[in-house]
Amino acid sequence: MEVFVFSLFNGVLYGMLLFLLASGLTLIFSMMGVLNFAHASFFMLGAYFAYQISQPLGFWPALIAAPILVGVLGAAVERYALRPVHRFGHVAELLFTFGLAFVIEEVVQMIWGKVPVPYDVPPSLNVTAFAWQGLDYSVYRLFMLLISVGIFVALFFGLTRTRIGLIIRASLTHPHMVASLGHDVPKVFMWTFGVGCALAGVAGVIGGNVLGTEPGMAIQLGPIVFVVIVVGGLGSLGGALIASLLIGVLNNMAISYDFSLYPIFSLLGVEREAEGILADLVSLTTGAIAPLVPYLLLVLMLILRPRGLFGTRDV
Amino acid sequence: MTNAIEFSGVQKSFGNTEVIRGVDLAVEQGEIHAVIGPNGAGKSTLFNLVTGRYHVSRGRIELNGENITNRAPHDIFRKGLSRSFQVTNIFPRMSVFENVRCGVLWNLGYHYSFWHFVNRRRDLRERTESILEQTGLASRRNVPAGLLSYSDQRALEIAVTIAGGASVVLLDEPTSGMSSSETEQAVALIRDISATRTMVIVEHDMGVVFDLADRISVLVYGKVIATGTPEEIRSNAKVQEAYLGTEAA
Amino acid sequence: MTIPGAKQTSVGALVIALLIILPLIVNSGFALTVMSQTGIAIIFALAFNMLLGQGGMLSFGHAVYFGLAGYVTAHVMNGMANEDLPYMPVSLIPLVGGVAGLFFGILIGFVSTRRAGTAFAMISLGFAELATGLTLIIIFFFNGEEGVQTDRWVREEWFGITYGPDIQVYYLIAVWCVIAAIAMYLLTRTPFGRMSNAVRDNPERVQFIGYNTHRVRWLAFSLSSFFAGLAGALHAVNVEHVGFETVGLGQSAVILIMVYIGGTGHFAGPILGAILITLLNAYLSDISPAWYLYLGLIFVGMVMFAPGGLAGLIMMHDPIRRAAPHLLMRMAPAYAAAFGTSLVALVGCIGLVEMAYFLSTTVSRNTALILYGIALDAADFWPWLVCVALAAAGALGCSRTYPRLAESYGTAMHEARRAVAS
Repeated sequence: MEVFVFSLFNGVLYGMLLFLLASGLTLIFSMMGVLNFAHASFFMLGAYFAYQISQPLGFWPALIAAPILVGVLGAAVERYALRPVHRFGHVAELLFTFGLAFVIEEVVQMIWGKVPVPYDVPPSLNVTAFAWQGLDYSVYRLFMLLISVGIFVALFFGLTRTRIGLIIRASLTHPHMVASLGHDVPKVFMWTFGVGCALAGVAGVIGGNVLGTEPGMAIQLGPIVFVVIVVGGLGSLGGALIASLLIGVLNNMAISYDFSLYPIFSLLGVEREAEGILADLVSLTTGAIAPLVPYLLLVLMLILRPRGLFGTRDV
Repeated sequence: MTNAIEFSGVQKSFGNTEVIRGVDLAVEQGEIHAVIGPNGAGKSTLFNLVTGRYHVSRGRIELNGENITNRAPHDIFRKGLSRSFQVTNIFPRMSVFENVRCGVLWNLGYHYSFWHFVNRRRDLRERTESILEQTGLASRRNVPAGLLSYSDQRALEIAVTIAGGASVVLLDEPTSGMSSSETEQAVALIRDISATRTMVIVEHDMGVVFDLADRISVLVYGKVIATGTPEEIRSNAKVQEAYLGTEAA
Repeated sequence: MTIPGAKQTSVGALVIALLIILPLIVNSGFALTVMSQTGIAIIFALAFNMLLGQGGMLSFGHAVYFGLAGYVTAHVMNGMANEDLPYMPVSLIPLVGGVAGLFFGILIGFVSTRRAGTAFAMISLGFAELATGLTLIIIFFFNGEEGVQTDRWVREEWFGITYGPDIQVYYLIAVWCVIAAIAMYLLTRTPFGRMSNAVRDNPERVQFIGYNTHRVRWLAFSLSSFFAGLAGALHAVNVEHVGFETVGLGQSAVILIMVYIGGTGHFAGPILGAILITLLNAYLSDISPAWYLYLGLIFVGMVMFAPGGLAGLIMMHDPIRRAAPHLLMRMAPAYAAAFGTSLVALVGCIGLVEMAYFLSTTVSRNTALILYGIALDAADFWPWLVCVALAAAGALGCSRTYPRLAESYGTAMHEARRAVAS
C-alpha cells in the first residue's frame, strides 16, 4: 500500500514536471505550427542558469531569475532566428530547432564542462516532510508539486479568463482574423515562444537539482516530452496533461514494483529455463523496461488511434 | 442506363451547421451538367463529398450504379471519377509534362511500380503528349508548373484532371479569374473534352453555364431547388426568385 | 542531338576510375579507413535522402535500420563462421543487411508513415529511442553496451579475396556504393520515384490522381530502409563490430546533418555532404574539441540562409554558367571579398570558442593552448581581445561584402537571362 501511494505521488510529480515542458511545447506548436525540438534544451538551460545564479545568490532568486532569462532567450531566438526560417515551411523550422538543440548542448559543454554540475536542492527544503512506513518524503518534493500545480492553474485561468488568453486562444485557430482585428500576431508568437520556453525553464530550475544537471539531460528528457504531446494529440493541452500524468505514473509504478514479466511469458508457454532470445524475455522486469514505457505507449497509440488521445487535426 | 452520378438524400454537417441538407441529384451519362447557386450554397462541398474528400453525414452517392459513399479519394478516382480544383492544385516544382504524366500513371497500370522507367515508356509519353496537345500546353511542356501564367495553370489543372482517363469529370470553377478571351478558350477546351466524358461543372459565369450545359441544377442553401435544361431553368420562377432575380437587380 | 544518358555514363566512368585509383595515390592506413567510411556514409546519405529530399519525410531515427541491419549482418557472419548457417560469400553479405533493413522498414514503416510532416518526425524519434532502449534489454541479440563482435574473414572467395586487408574492404564498399547509388538514381525515374516527389509536393492532389499517399510513403520508407540496411551491413564488415550507438539518435542526427548540408534538392547533394562531413569529422575531431559545435552551427546556418544546401548553392550558378560562363568570372572579386571577410570573422570566432572550451575542460593550468600554431595562455586577456577584434572586424566586413555579393549575383543572373532571351 505505501509503495503504491509513494509511487503514485512520485509519478504525479514526474508527470507534472513533464507537463510543465509539454504545455509550453503544445502552446508553441498549436499557435505557430512549430514543434520546438530545442524545448528540452531550454529546460536544461533553466537548470544551468539556476545553478549559476544560486551559487552567489541562493535558490530563491534563481527560481525567479532563471526562468525569466530562459524566456527572454527564447523570445530572442524566435524573433531573430526562427522568424526568418518561417518562410521555408514547418519542416525547415523543425530542422532549425533541431540544430539549435545540438548547438545548445555543445555550448553548455563549452561553458560548464561535460560532467554534471553540483546544483543541489536548497538545504532549507531538503528536510523530511513526512515519513510513513519507513519511507521519507522531502519538503522539496512537495514544493515541486506545489509549483507545477500552481503553474498549471495559473495557465488554465490565464488562458480561459484573461484578455490576453482570449487573444492567444483566438490566434491558435484564426491567426489571420486576429491579425486583421489589429493585434500584432508576430509579437504574440514571440511572447508565446518566450513564455513556453520560460515554463520549460521553471521545470529546469525545480527539476534540475533532483534529476541531475548535466549536458545530456536535454536529450534524455526531450524525446519523452515529444511522446507526451503525440500521445496526447498534437495541439491539445488537456491531452498533454493526461499523457504526462499517465507516463509519469506508469513509469514510477514500473520502477517501484519491479514485477517480473515472466508470468506473461509463461502464459504463452515459455519455460523459465528457456534459451536465446526467450532467456532475455523471461528475466525481464517492469523496472528494466520502465525507460521504454513512453515509447511503447507511443507505438500502441499509433496502432490504435493515430491522432492521439485528443488530437483534433492531422499535421 | 444507370446514371453517371446519383445523390440520394445526401446530407453534410460541420458541427451543428448543416451545409448540405438532403440533396437528390442525378447526372446522366454523357451530359454536361452545371451546378449553379449563390455563394455558400454548398457547391464545392458537394464536389468534396462525391470525391471522398469530406465524410458524408447521411445519404448515399453512386457512381455508375456503384455505391461510393465515404470511399477514399484514390478509390473513387480508380472507379472513374476525377476532379479539378477551384484553387489551382498542381505540382509546382515539376514541369508541365511531368504534371500530366503523373496524372496518367495510375490509369495506364503503372501503379507503384519501381521497375519501369517513366522516360522509356512509349504509352506514357504518347498519352501525355496527346493530352498536352488537346489542352494547348504542348509548347509549355518543359516549363515548371509553378512559373506558368494563370490561365495556363488553369489549363494544366484540367489537363491533370482528365489525364487519368476518368469517364466522369468534375470541374470546380474552371474559368474563375479569367479574362473574356481566356474564358472563350477554356469553354472551347471544356466542350472538346466533354465529347467523350460526362462532365459536372460548378461555375459562376452564367454566360459559360448557359452556353455549355445540357442540364443545370440550382443549389440554394444546401438543397437542389430545380434541375432542367437551360431554357427550363431560365423560365423557372423559383430560380428567378432565389437566384437570378437578385443577381439581375 | 546527343545520345541519351551519354553525360551520365561519362561522369559515371570518371567516378569509377577515380574510386579505383584513389587508394593507390593516398595509401596511408588512416586515409583508407576514412575512404571506406565515406563510401558507407554516401550509401546511407542517399538512402536518407530518399525520405527527406525525394519523399519529404524528415526522420530522426533512420539509423535504426542501418544499425539493426548491422547487427543482423554480424550475427550472420558469426553464424557462417560457426557453420550454424549455410555459407555465402562476404562479398554478397550487404544484401543480407539490405533485406534486414527492408524487413524492419516494412514493419515499422507501416505504422510510422500513416502520418506525415511533424508527427512523422516525432514518431521516428520515438522508434529511435525504443530501439536504443531495446539494445540494453534484449541481450541475446544486441549484447548490451558491449555490442556484437564479428570477423569478416570467413573463407577465401573469388580471386583469393579474404577481406583480411583493409584495401579489399575498401573495394567491396566502393563497388556496392556505385551499385547502390546507380540503383537509387534509377529509382527516381520510376513511377514510384515520380509519385514520391508528388506526395512530397502536394499530397492532397495525389489522392485525386489515384494514389494512396500512405502506400507511396510506406514504399519509399521501405526501399530507403533497404539501402540504409545495405550501408549498415558494410559498416559491420568494415569495423567488425556493431554497438548500440549505431541505432541511436546520434547516428541519425549525423546523417540528417550530412544530407542537409550537402543539399536535399539534388541527387548528388547527399554524396557531397557525406564526403565533406566524413572528411571533416575524421580530420577535425582530433584537432578541436569543439568540432560538434562547429558542425551544429554550420547546420543551423544552412537552415537559415541556404536551405538548398551546398548543392543548392552550386546549382544557383548553373543558369549563369550555361548562358554565359564569362559572367562567373565577373563575380570573382565579390566572392573573394566575401571569402576574405568571412575568413577573418571565422578566425576570431574559432579562437574564442577554442579558448572557452580550453578553459572549461582543461583541469591542469600548466598546459598551454595551441591555437593556429601559437602556444598561448587562454586565461590571459590579450588573446581574447585579439579574437574579439578579429571577429568584430570580420563581421563588420561581412555586413558589407555579402550584400555586394548578392548584388553581383543578381546582376549576373539578369544578364544571363538577357543572353538567353536574345
